Amino acid sequence: MIGVLRRDLALAMRAGGGFGLGLSFFLIVVVLVPFAIGPDTSILGRIAPGILWLGALLACLLSLDRILALDWEDGSLDLLATAPIPLEGVVLMKAAAHWLTTGLPLVLAAPVLGVLLNLPVPGYGWLTLSLALGTPALSAIGAFGAALTVGLKRGGLLLSLLVLPLYVPSLIFGAEIARRGAEGLAIGAALPLLAGISLASLAIMPFAAAAAIRVNLR
Amino acid sequence: MLTVSGLACARGGVPILENLSFRLSAGAALVLRGPNGIGKTTLLRTVTGLQPPLAGQVDLAPDAVAYAGHADGIKAMLTVTENLRFWAGVFGTKDLAPALAAFDLERLTDRFAGTLSAGQKRRLGLARLAVSGRPLWVLDEPTVSLDAESTALFAKAVQRHCAQGGAALMATHIDLGFEAESLDLAPYRARLPEPGADDFDEAFL
Amino acid sequence: MKSIWEFANPKRFMQLSQVSLPWVAGLSVLCLVVGLVWGFFFTPDDFRQGATVKIIYLHVPAALMAINAWIMMLVTSLIWLIRRHHVSVLAARAAAPVGATFTVIALATGAIWGQPMWGTWWVWDPRLTSFLFLFLFYLGYIALWEAIEDPDTAADLTSVLCLVGSVFALLSRYAVLFWNQGLHQGATLSLDKEENISNVFYFPLLVSIAGFVLLFLALVLLRTRTEIRARRLRALMARERLA
Repeated sequence: MIGVLRRDLALAMRAGGGFGLGLSFFLIVVVLVPFAIGPDTSILGRIAPGILWLGALLACLLSLDRILALDWEDGSLDLLATAPIPLEGVVLMKAAAHWLTTGLPLVLAAPVLGVLLNLPVPGYGWLTLSLALGTPALSAIGAFGAALTVGLKRGGLLLSLLVLPLYVPSLIFGAEIARRGAEGLAIGAALPLLAGISLASLAIMPFAAAAAIRVNLR
Repeated sequence: MLTVSGLACARGGVPILENLSFRLSAGAALVLRGPNGIGKTTLLRTVTGLQPPLAGQVDLAPDAVAYAGHADGIKAMLTVTENLRFWAGVFGTKDLAPALAAFDLERLTDRFAGTLSAGQKRRLGLARLAVSGRPLWVLDEPTVSLDAESTALFAKAVQRHCAQGGAALMATHIDLGFEAESLDLAPYRARLPEPGADDFDEAFL
Repeated sequence: MKSIWEFANPKRFMQLSQVSLPWVAGLSVLCLVVGLVWGFFFTPDDFRQGATVKIIYLHVPAALMAINAWIMMLVTSLIWLIRRHHVSVLAARAAAPVGATFTVIALATGAIWGQPMWGTWWVWDPRLTSFLFLFLFYLGYIALWEAIEDPDTAADLTSVLCLVGSVFALLSRYAVLFWNQGLHQGATLSLDKEENISNVFYFPLLVSIAGFVLLFLALVLLRTRTEIRARRLRALMARERLA
């Protein structure tokens, strides 16, 4: 199973793998915000946690269909489904590879982009922590969405429609942590709830995704 | 090694084969024949377990099948060795050398798979079977885009696999030049139930 | 004793629904007319909310059925996944647009009610937000059905989506409670007698709810019949191609 992870990482790093695309998208979204809102730093500082979370979420969404679509096209998915490793494990590894190539760079880039939006100082730690805890759920849920739409010719838009409502709880809790952190309020229950969503998604989504892949392979 | 009894399978919800029974024992190769659309691919995918049968049974040992479909599952941005090593890792085997030798890939090991010709890619796809270490090879049109020389290479690899106690089930149109039983699928074409005037029982068949 | 699964036979379902559909439809029209006319013209105005309160005769039943339609889809999807009865999953497919429409009605009537009450058409109140999510889930479910060619594949995938979606819909419900406390008043109906609205409003509301339930039933029956016929047609055409 580690082999699957290693291969996906290698593929993402090599030319044409799309590594860094999500990150560039994140940067562009954040840069566009002041143009739309106006350069007032106090307003930007107030909305920074939410914008950064939303930008990270959209950047994550952008690369979801790559999780499975390429393996579907070249027949690898057929072969992986008949391999001795469980399909659930394959999905989990692919979600992990997606997180390492998309989620983790976003987590690391968010504080830097926070400077651009004048994020209040106490917010940096909480923003990074909330993204680090929340993005694994985005990858796991996204793998399920990718599994549902893998057989479709142009599934990208549908994938977004299916996955975005599922992202709502993570977004609410994650942005809430970052906002309260930035305003210096107590974080409260949001942190364990966000971690709980991530852990539950990692535990359940591979099974749902593997079931959907098996249906699509029939 | 493989026993198929009373098998019926469907494609896109429509039954296409029925009452199909055959046996394949270790050391034998079986070639499926029949016109396009008769259901060779569907049958192979059903035997492999990718698709559930409508009726009947496929009996074989768990983890016995290595499947090679129309697509080779090759990543263009990995080298030949990396591609093979990945599949060897998935199937828990180590030694790539025999597979590389059997399909004459030794001179190509460090090439990116994306730069290979169609025939070379196909050979790489077939070499994957050899590293899988699985006894039953299920092959769907394995000789597509292979030249005469490569086809002979492939035939020899199948013969060697069978001689070592393996077995092969394949759908192909060409003569591979060795002893293999063949099975014509035409007699097993599914007959649809007569449509009753207002009978919704078989509404979805 | 006949098994309940007898009704899952498409032929039997078609026979039964053919007989029952006109009755269900007629009864629903009767209940709706009685409930709405009674509610609109023969109940007093609320002492605080005035005549606007009367929109509850549309709002509450629509909201109730919007949720119940999803629950019904969840149950029928489960039945399909476990027992593979086609009628069951086709009923889920049939119910989705009806449920989505009820959700829109609930949202729209809520906005119309909210304008004079709260001074705004829309607030990001937990209840309103949850209904918006519900609508998004309906959209996703319907879009997935439309996108997939093979009917059995579509049935399986939408059922899995319905299961996963239900979990996340519930999760979102509690997440938005956490996020914003809200303006929406408490439940209009509850089993706790003290909490309830007075009988003057209560009985016409019940009749109206019965009307909405029957309307939902009638629409789902009608649409399921259409879906079964469409599947039948598809099957016949596939057969034609083979022959």
